[in-house]
Amino acid sequence: MSQAPVLELRGIDKSFGPVQVLHDVAFSVHPGEVTALVGDNGAGKSTLVKCIGGIHPIDSGEYFFEGEKVHVGGPRDAAALGVEIVYQDLALCDNLDIVQNMFLGRERRSGLVLDEATMEELAARTLESLSVRTVTSLRQRVSSLSGGQRQTVAIAKAVLWNSKVVILDEPTAALGVAQTAQVLDLVRRLADKGLAVVLISHNMNDVFAVSDRIAALYLGRMAAQVKTSEVTHSQVVELITAGRSGELGLQNGNGATP
Amino acid sequence: MTTTTVPEKGTTGAPAIGAHARDYVERVRGGDLGALPAVIGLVVLCAAFSVLRPAFLSPINFANLFTQGAAVAVIAMGLIFVLLLGEIDLSAGFASGVCAAVLGVLLTNEGWPWYAAVLAAMATGAVIGLVLGTLVAKLGIPSFVVTLAAFLAFQGVVLLLLKEGTNISIRDETILAVANKNMPPALGWGCAAAGVLIYAALQVVQARRRAARGLPATPMPMIAFRVGALAVISGAAVFVLNLERSRNAALVSLKGVPIVVPVIVVLLLVWTFVLRRTAYGRHIYAVGGNAEAARRAGIDVDRIRISAFVVCSFMASIGGIIAASRANSVDPNTGGSNVLLFAVGAAVIGGTSLFGGKGRALDALLGGAVVAVIENGMGLMGYAAGVKYAVTGCVLLLAAGVDALSRKRAAATGRG
Repeated sequence: MSQAPVLELRGIDKSFGPVQVLHDVAFSVHPGEVTALVGDNGAGKSTLVKCIGGIHPIDSGEYFFEGEKVHVGGPRDAAALGVEIVYQDLALCDNLDIVQNMFLGRERRSGLVLDEATMEELAARTLESLSVRTVTSLRQRVSSLSGGQRQTVAIAKAVLWNSKVVILDEPTAALGVAQTAQVLDLVRRLADKGLAVVLISHNMNDVFAVSDRIAALYLGRMAAQVKTSEVTHSQVVELITAGRSGELGLQNGNGATP
Repeated sequence: MTTTTVPEKGTTGAPAIGAHARDYVERVRGGDLGALPAVIGLVVLCAAFSVLRPAFLSPINFANLFTQGAAVAVIAMGLIFVLLLGEIDLSAGFASGVCAAVLGVLLTNEGWPWYAAVLAAMATGAVIGLVLGTLVAKLGIPSFVVTLAAFLAFQGVVLLLLKEGTNISIRDETILAVANKNMPPALGWGCAAAGVLIYAALQVVQARRRAARGLPATPMPMIAFRVGALAVISGAAVFVLNLERSRNAALVSLKGVPIVVPVIVVLLLVWTFVLRRTAYGRHIYAVGGNAEAARRAGIDVDRIRISAFVVCSFMASIGGIIAASRANSVDPNTGGSNVLLFAVGAAVIGGTSLFGGKGRALDALLGGAVVAVIENGMGLMGYAAGVKYAVTGCVLLLAAGVDALSRKRAAATGRG
């Protein structure tokens, strides 16, 4: 039914000095699906994402991309594979406009001069393909956009590069009800376009609204990776808080895999 | 078609202008004042001085404004790069002094040809910037401290170069011509006409290309308005500068555009092009707006920082050459006293933000004009230097206040 995972991690360990943050973590992401990555504060979500993005090198474990074992030594390697991360603080420049932000660091040029027309066209096409209708002008400064629009621009920026895996770090954390709905809608559309989407969220409603699979981290171990349709709200909450829920999850506190 | 709104595609007349005007008013209300304070200030000051001292309007005084303000405007243009990053270069004034001293020593004492001496002075500027920028970017010392230390050190270097404060006179004809000679009147007209025509052509071609690709383009009436404004301003300036300024025209004729004017215009065009049309310029704005975002986008933030200081000190060296040319000499005070504060003031008055991320090369000229008019006008009024300094200081404070307030307002209205 679902395709082979585009990104798969096996047995990932990661320590910062004496503190082991990730223990033998397995994680897979499938194209066309939204995988929610949940876990309490300090469970290792951000560390895992940063390992995927190449910001932290992994201590041991295997990183497979499209079935092939790869070595990700830095953010450039991850980007080259087609892995884009949209961070919580968005990383947009307020004083630049939408097009300038989307192409930041990867500007199109013709000779020495920036090719503004091509960049504007590509940006427009990307936003259109995401059915974004909330932005009136691509030459608006980002500072004049609402939180939801900024999130949209940040996501569109990640999609622009024909990425295969898009990781969203709490995209709705700072948004109101209507804007959250907008962004979740966009997240769903990304997956429907065939991208593999990883959604980090604390909000169970969001998780159940858009995700196909849920991966729950508990104290640096992968408690369970399950289909959203097969679990209930309370089971996921138990996985997050206790690492297990009935048959699901870690069977002892020492990190035996389920 | 696209997600952008395309209200008019360069065909309609009045509504297009109206839309642009509304857009502009909207921006100003939102706290994005741009060049507005500088232009208003310039108009008010010029009106006041010409009523109080009719001599202010004389052609000779108009020409004086350019040669008086040139060095400060050029230094300010370089400072804008550093200010765009949210940094400051307090040593730009004395950096220009050091470069002028290098020029003077090589030219007069060592007998180098003018081009070699100029190159050496410019190279000195670039090296100074490289050192300052590296200290700021790699060691992480705040630019305020680095350049404050350099401010003092360069003052000493000038004294050492000038053998404890002797005055070196410049006798090279070419160097002296920069700030003291004029272009033939016909050449002045030719340059102005060529400039306006090229500007018009570029604008029309760009608008056509964008319209052809279905992108929102500047409407033709707006282009006509801009080209017209440029033609009127440059035409009027050339006309006045081409009038006979000499008290005794039979003895010595004094007319034409000062050579320093095309020098400044070329620098303005180059840096405007760099900031607006190249990836490097885009990265300068990005680092000034959000250094972390720039870093994540793969921009080498340290390199951008260092390069901005190099541009700043390099422009200071050109400012120093112009100052030496105007004074016919280099002395320990070249680039000292108020030069740096006037340059920072010029940039800020012109609309460059001290908080980084906002500013244009043109700001240096607009702000430089305001500073030059205050200096010149108050000189004509016969005020003492003390009063001039106090007033200029107040204007700088006012501009910084406007900058801070408009930033606050921008934050409140969601623009930045």
